[in-house]
Amino acid sequence: MQYPSNIIIIRVPCTGKVDILHILRAFERGVDGVYAVGCVEGDCHFNSGNLRARKRFEQAQKILDAIKIGGERAQMYNLSSGEGPLFAQIAVEMDERIKRLGPNPIKLVKRGRFAKVSQKEGRIL
Amino acid sequence: MIIADKKSIEEIIEEIKDYNKILILGCNECVTVCEAGGKKEVEILASALRMYFLNKGREVKIDEVTLERQCDHEYLEEIRDVVDQYDSIVSLACGVGVQFTAEQYHSTPIYPGVNTCFLGATEKRGLWTERCQACGQCVLARTGGICPISRCAKRILNGPCGGSTKGKCEINKEIDCAWQLIIDRLKALGRIDEYEKLFPLKDWSTDRAGGPRKVVREDLQI
Repeated sequence: MQYPSNIIIIRVPCTGKVDILHILRAFERGVDGVYAVGCVEGDCHFNSGNLRARKRFEQAQKILDAIKIGGERAQMYNLSSGEGPLFAQIAVEMDERIKRLGPNPIKLVKRGRFAKVSQKEGRIL
Repeated sequence: MIIADKKSIEEIIEEIKDYNKILILGCNECVTVCEAGGKKEVEILASALRMYFLNKGREVKIDEVTLERQCDHEYLEEIRDVVDQYDSIVSLACGVGVQFTAEQYHSTPIYPGVNTCFLGATEKRGLWTERCQACGQCVLARTGGICPISRCAKRILNGPCGGSTKGKCEINKEIDCAWQLIIDRLKALGRIDEYEKLFPLKDWSTDRAGGPRKVVREDLQI
């Protein structure tokens, strides 16, 4: 079972721990996409954590669409702990989606600025 | 409490897109409880606006402050020293807070970030309903604690009207008929006899009909 190496996994006790601000700030820092993999709906250890997470991802999608970053970059998935191959399949799907959408425009702007500052200060990039 | 709803980000952007130094000002009171304008919503809006302007290639300073209340002079004073650093303020308080902030800081344009809706209560998370229209002459003592002014579409005092069907209002089948609720409640309280007493004409001058209102308490004034 392999999944793309460009994905950074952040472990949380429950997807209900993921806040909309975590998602937005990740994009603000320049990540290309954020997705959560929670338990199957109706099977949450904490009753409604994964349902809350889905709502937060939906809110984030709306905001990202409104500011032209692209709501598709934020996704919520559900699977059970025994579905390792599906986990990898989701990672591949998300990787392909992000590659299709291209880099987060915020990242490009920030890199452009960094390059300008570095040139000004005579730093080698 | 005062219930407000978030304005869309597109609408807020349209108002402030030409500014370069923006303060997002939240309020810790009612709008925090109804999740429209508290610290959290301030952080969300600020994050979204920072990304929007960065994406447009613009350097825009966006700062976040959430006051205990925007409808009190003493709390608004907390931004006195910093307000000149900004060329606009987006207030996520209710209409009262927005206006009070504007009155305190004349030279900085202020924009509302929420739509102030009504005086209501939280039925459950994500659902708020109207309970009071601040008519200035409370009749709840005679209606079993159910307000016909805010909960009856016609605001009638001797209801129900002919539009009440199976306990629902003709305006919308999901809205309870306030007068049906009142009758049921009076019956449960063993006070249905009181329903027979007609309400006299209501003095609407204490409602909006009398123009902008004020409450003067000389016993409190120094």
